[in-house]
Amino acid sequence: MTTTSPPAPPAPPAGAPIKAKQRPGDRVFSGTALFAGSMILVTLAAVAIFLIIQSLPGLTATNDTASILPTNFWDYVWPLAFGTVWASFLALLLAVPLSVAVALFISHYAPRRLAQGLGYIVDLLAAVPSVVFGLWGILVLAPAVQPVYSWLVTNAGWFPLFAGPVSSTGRTIFTAAMVLAVMVVPIITAICREIFLQTPPLHEEAALALGATRWEMIKMAVFPFGRSGIVSASMLGLGRALGETMAVALVLSATGVVTFSLFTPGNPSTIPANIALTFPEAYGTNINVLIATGLILFIVTFAVNALARYIVNRRKEFSGAN
Amino acid sequence: MKITRISRIAALGAVAALALAGCASNEGGTSSNAPSDGPALSGELAGGGASSQEVAVQAWTAGFQGMNDGVTITYDPAGSGAGRESFQAGAVQFAGSDRAFKPEEIEAGPFDGCVEGTDILELPTYISPIAVIFNVEGVDSLNLDAATIAGLFAGTITTWNDPAIAALNEGVDLPDTAVSPVHRADDSGTTENFTDYLFASAPDVWTSEPDGVWPLSSGEAAQGTSGVVAAVAGGNGTIGYADASRAAEEGLSTAAVKVGDEFVEYSPEAAAAIVDESPFEDGRADGDLAIALDRTSDAAGVYPIVLVSYMIACQEYTDADVAPVVKAFLQYIASAEGQDAAAAAAGNAPISDSLREQVNSAIDLIAAE
Repeated sequence: MTTTSPPAPPAPPAGAPIKAKQRPGDRVFSGTALFAGSMILVTLAAVAIFLIIQSLPGLTATNDTASILPTNFWDYVWPLAFGTVWASFLALLLAVPLSVAVALFISHYAPRRLAQGLGYIVDLLAAVPSVVFGLWGILVLAPAVQPVYSWLVTNAGWFPLFAGPVSSTGRTIFTAAMVLAVMVVPIITAICREIFLQTPPLHEEAALALGATRWEMIKMAVFPFGRSGIVSASMLGLGRALGETMAVALVLSATGVVTFSLFTPGNPSTIPANIALTFPEAYGTNINVLIATGLILFIVTFAVNALARYIVNRRKEFSGAN
Repeated sequence: MKITRISRIAALGAVAALALAGCASNEGGTSSNAPSDGPALSGELAGGGASSQEVAVQAWTAGFQGMNDGVTITYDPAGSGAGRESFQAGAVQFAGSDRAFKPEEIEAGPFDGCVEGTDILELPTYISPIAVIFNVEGVDSLNLDAATIAGLFAGTITTWNDPAIAALNEGVDLPDTAVSPVHRADDSGTTENFTDYLFASAPDVWTSEPDGVWPLSSGEAAQGTSGVVAAVAGGNGTIGYADASRAAEEGLSTAAVKVGDEFVEYSPEAAAAIVDESPFEDGRADGDLAIALDRTSDAAGVYPIVLVSYMIACQEYTDADVAPVVKAFLQYIASAEGQDAAAAAAGNAPISDSLREQVNSAIDLIAAE
């Protein structure tokens, strides 16, 4: 006797996903998210197009067409680009170890209540306007560190970075880098703090169970997990440092020389500070030249970010994201 | 009910605003006994140019508008270069400039606001002394000559107890501190006039051509007059140059400059005196009073480090309506009353009576009615 099974319901075509029911709320939300994402791209494209179009007369300008240029555009922008990258590099050098240490302290070492209070204070530092930092730098920090510079140049002047003559007001690129570092620390600390808190507790406990001390546990479990996050946080901080205008404009004594010396009165200016100081009295092709320096800054920021992303992506399989 | 209450408050506010608008601050400011001849002036004047004159132009505008209700004057302190360019384009009726047009620039033109083939007027109406300020512990006053000043700013004199300085200052205890020269980071008429003085008076020590942008890469840079004053005040062993009105404010020590055989401190009279001692440039039109400042003059009581800023106007305007307004405004600027008003606000040196006569005869050349 044969048994016949009831006819099977028609199978869906192979590979086609089963569509979930779309409610109006889903459509509105996905539409809004799509719109917001594309607005970001449109804004970025608009800024890039504005920069390129307005810079073209500036990129090809010479001393005859733009009175602001001594010779040609590239001689003008090279010290500025150098100064921007050098000041931001110094600022990151000072800020990243400090921020990572503060974030580690908040997430792993401090008692809970102290950690919350400290986190709040560091976030408060991010709310201070950058002009205030500039004024603090020029009125308080520069006179305070000038004796230190003087001592270093007198006693360690053989080291190329400490070459004299020493600035008598303390308004050097190292002071500007210190002010930038103070501005950048809250950003990096806030992100690193969140990342360190995301470390899987299982990894931490496993390390401790194997007999690691607290520092060894951090080295084994927290840092490998958070490495790409630290780089991302540093890139955000670097973005702020590269674009910082008022603080550098107020603090730095900028003479346009390309030098690595940290304590001399002759320093290269940075692109944003130069634009802020020169734009009010600029006219005609000079404005195009200034916008062209902004384009160079845009490209430099883009390049540094791409480099950082590449470094992170090389170790993607070790990042804690998966 | 609610609507009428709101409308009542709104009406009260509107009435208050209209009533208070009658007490505008630029009315009845200066007591004027200068006669406004003929029919009342009216019109809008646009000017632009040197930022060094900004405060003075504000004082002149306030005074002139106070005497002539129908006139509105605006001035955009975008810089001497921008001012000259706008004047050539005809966008502004008068321009303020820290230097006069060069003869080749006048030849080339064009001057779109002026009638073709007529000349321009350049009137030296703003004279401001530039003080040499310094901050050295224990030293309150210094006598310096041109070669020493040039050496200090060029970096050839490196400490304050250098024999060159000590020779000029008998009995002053000069410390061993390093010299830190401070200059302007931006393109400035003050720098141009200061380097012109150094180049004219000490050409073997100061070899760079006069320029609005500081020619050397040594020394400390500061932004604007206030930046230089702050940098000099904040350091030890610093020396800088700044507009004299601002230097006086901060209470900084200033140097007396050697002229002939004596040392002259800056003062409005001494600054006006150097302008009187200097000849007008040759080869210029009648209304073009560009001055070739004689920085090396050794007449008595002159202070050679000055900034002279010009008011530039057309002799004949393409738009005939603005001519009487410009003429009256320039006459007010040159008058004793106008110069004193500016001096009270901006600290510049009023022009002397002999210069005023020549400026007035130039203003009379404006074709108005």
